[in-house]
Amino acid sequence: MQKLRVAAAVLALGTLAACGSGSTGAGETGKGTPKTLTYWASNQGPSIEADKEILTPELKKFEQQTGIKVELEVVPWADLLNRILAATTSGRGPDVLNIGNTWSTSLQATGALLPWDAAAFGKIGGKDRFVDSALASAGAEGQDPAAVPLYSMAYALYYHKKAFADAGIDKPPATWDELVAAGKKLSTGGKWGLGVEGSNLSNNIHQVFVLAKQHGADFFDASGKPAFTSDGAVAAVKQYIDFMATDKIVAPGNAEYAQNQSLQDFAKGDTAMILWQTAATTLESHGMKPEEWGVAPVPVPSGAPGTGQNINSMVAGINLAVFKNSDNLDGALQFVKFMTGDEEQKILNKTYGSIPPVKTAQQDAAFNTPDLAVLRDTLATSAAALPRVPEESQFETAVGTAVKELFADAAQGREITTELVKERLTKAQQQMPTK
Amino acid sequence: MATATQDPTLPGRRTARPGGAGSRRTRRRSPRLRRASLPYLLLLPAALLELLVHLVPMLTGILASFKELTQFYIRDWSAAPWRGLENYRVSVDLDAPVGQDLLNSFFVTCVFSVLAVGMCWLLGTAAAIFMQENFRGRGLLRAVFLTPYALPVYAAAITWAFMFQRDNGMVNHVLVDQLGLLDERPFWLLGDNSFVALAVVAIWKTWPFAFLIVMAALQNIPKELYEAAAIDGAGIWQQIRKITMPSLHPINRVLVLVLFLWTFNDFNTPYILFGDSAPAPANLISIHIYQSSFVTWNFGTGSAMSVLLLLFLLVVTAGYLLVTSRGRKTADV
Repeated sequence: MQKLRVAAAVLALGTLAACGSGSTGAGETGKGTPKTLTYWASNQGPSIEADKEILTPELKKFEQQTGIKVELEVVPWADLLNRILAATTSGRGPDVLNIGNTWSTSLQATGALLPWDAAAFGKIGGKDRFVDSALASAGAEGQDPAAVPLYSMAYALYYHKKAFADAGIDKPPATWDELVAAGKKLSTGGKWGLGVEGSNLSNNIHQVFVLAKQHGADFFDASGKPAFTSDGAVAAVKQYIDFMATDKIVAPGNAEYAQNQSLQDFAKGDTAMILWQTAATTLESHGMKPEEWGVAPVPVPSGAPGTGQNINSMVAGINLAVFKNSDNLDGALQFVKFMTGDEEQKILNKTYGSIPPVKTAQQDAAFNTPDLAVLRDTLATSAAALPRVPEESQFETAVGTAVKELFADAAQGREITTELVKERLTKAQQQMPTK
Repeated sequence: MATATQDPTLPGRRTARPGGAGSRRTRRRSPRLRRASLPYLLLLPAALLELLVHLVPMLTGILASFKELTQFYIRDWSAAPWRGLENYRVSVDLDAPVGQDLLNSFFVTCVFSVLAVGMCWLLGTAAAIFMQENFRGRGLLRAVFLTPYALPVYAAAITWAFMFQRDNGMVNHVLVDQLGLLDERPFWLLGDNSFVALAVVAIWKTWPFAFLIVMAALQNIPKELYEAAAIDGAGIWQQIRKITMPSLHPINRVLVLVLFLWTFNDFNTPYILFGDSAPAPANLISIHIYQSSFVTWNFGTGSAMSVLLLLFLLVVTAGYLLVTSRGRKTADV
């Protein structure tokens, strides 16, 4: 009897202990009634609530035009990818959804998203409406895009005008040497030259990707195999870490930043420069006035951003995708057409401080302010898409973590050698799926 | 949890009586049979639900552990190719980074669990014994002690994450600025200290549960025992050792097991403190498995690790219950 009870208890507790590895059901709404659509928006504004307030009037407009009611859910970034994966596994998801454009190729591989062939593009006004670089970040090369661009963003150097003036620096740095020199002048009295988000894996990737390009290296070779340990890649990662380790223009505390604390520091005036994408809205929400900061292109070795080794930004942005399992594909396409139409593109990109990936909307004078002109020119001339391989998201985790750990080492005063960087990148490469 | 504790003597009563006509026997037996099957019938809905809620996902997980379930197949995972034991081989291959990391994470989790369970139990028991004395403000103190357990995990852990921040966190403010115990501001969420941070939060969060359970158990120990012991000249330590501890034994047996399983499987605390990639010294196995499946999109390997974890916990639980129940049996006799 005792044994029986023990066995029963073991079984019961074992069940308790089991890690759930089954699928989680995604909320399913609006199915069966073709006059509704479910839309998962990503968090673009200062908060989820702000996004709802921004998007709801636009969705109402769409309902008036087409009679289709859109049920909106704004999904926080931390949950979005898991929610999409769950929806993919269960086949129950939204009809239309926002995705980070760097996920496009990874998600394309799952086959859950509607491929945008000529017919689909025809229904939203044609492929030619979109800027090429933005379209290039919507899926693997040589395949129909898995999504269409919605908001475009690019990295820029944001600098404090007053801090620069106080330190006697008359213009923003155009090369990395100038940036380090300026940073050293600015790093005094508890203030620091540059801010980084050392524990934010995606941001780490965005930065080292661009630096690797400038060293003539790529994290994936032409056949799509990981090449994390090339000399150029190692040098790029080391250069980024050295801002903290050797140049000492980054506060050690930045190693643990992952929630945009570097923007807060910048707004408070504790750091004088940040490399960021479309920071304006967030900086204003932290109480900065637009005239207090300046925007310049991210430095490049030659001082003149361009193509090849003078790339100075990734193509950042949000894409709009249609879930293949949607039972209202027609309505979903209408909604995409509405969201990528000139009028909505202008309204939404103005509100979010991003650049429209739609050529005609980009011409609007609102996107010609000094701030946005820098972002727009960067996108047009010197931005490259992150590796368009299905393993992109694994790459972000593996290399992003390696950079995070190196920042942690640097912050704790450990010496950052080329060997150490190479060792960490080797480990990251070993974690990539071998196939 | 439904532990299926039906009266085991019931089936034994159904002894076939020799003799008697066949028709009479069946007539007589059927109400008995019905009576005997009644507990099972009553348990059936619970058992079915149990099956649905726990066993089916578990079996799905076990099935997935034999498949190559990457992003290419998750949409229609019945089409994913079988990999046999390959996922397990990768998980336990100690020459490759995946296996090394899993082993490292396993050790970290073991040390963490032993430490956290030990501290939770010690703090909980000590506090419960102190709170036995009737004094002013006892109710208030008890309520205060229970607050960490009553707080939502997410809110509590994120508050700790803020407090552990290097530059603006309260922990460093107190240690460095106010008490002057340290000259340098240490990192708590990076490097080796992350283990300390994790343990502190986990113990803080869980010990009130031990406190609550032990407190309830103490109410059941007859006061007369203590009075008699006091008359016989037993001091407070002797009373605790000779009366309190033995009386708590059955409770402790369950308490320690439950605490162990909770701590070993704790996901929320490290996830909220460290996000997607926990530093190696604080890389608990649950978060490691999460990262191996959700972040790298390799659900097959993640499932294989889960199954290994499940097997380990089953063995530990079974061993623990066998050992402790044997001990109790001899004590009872």
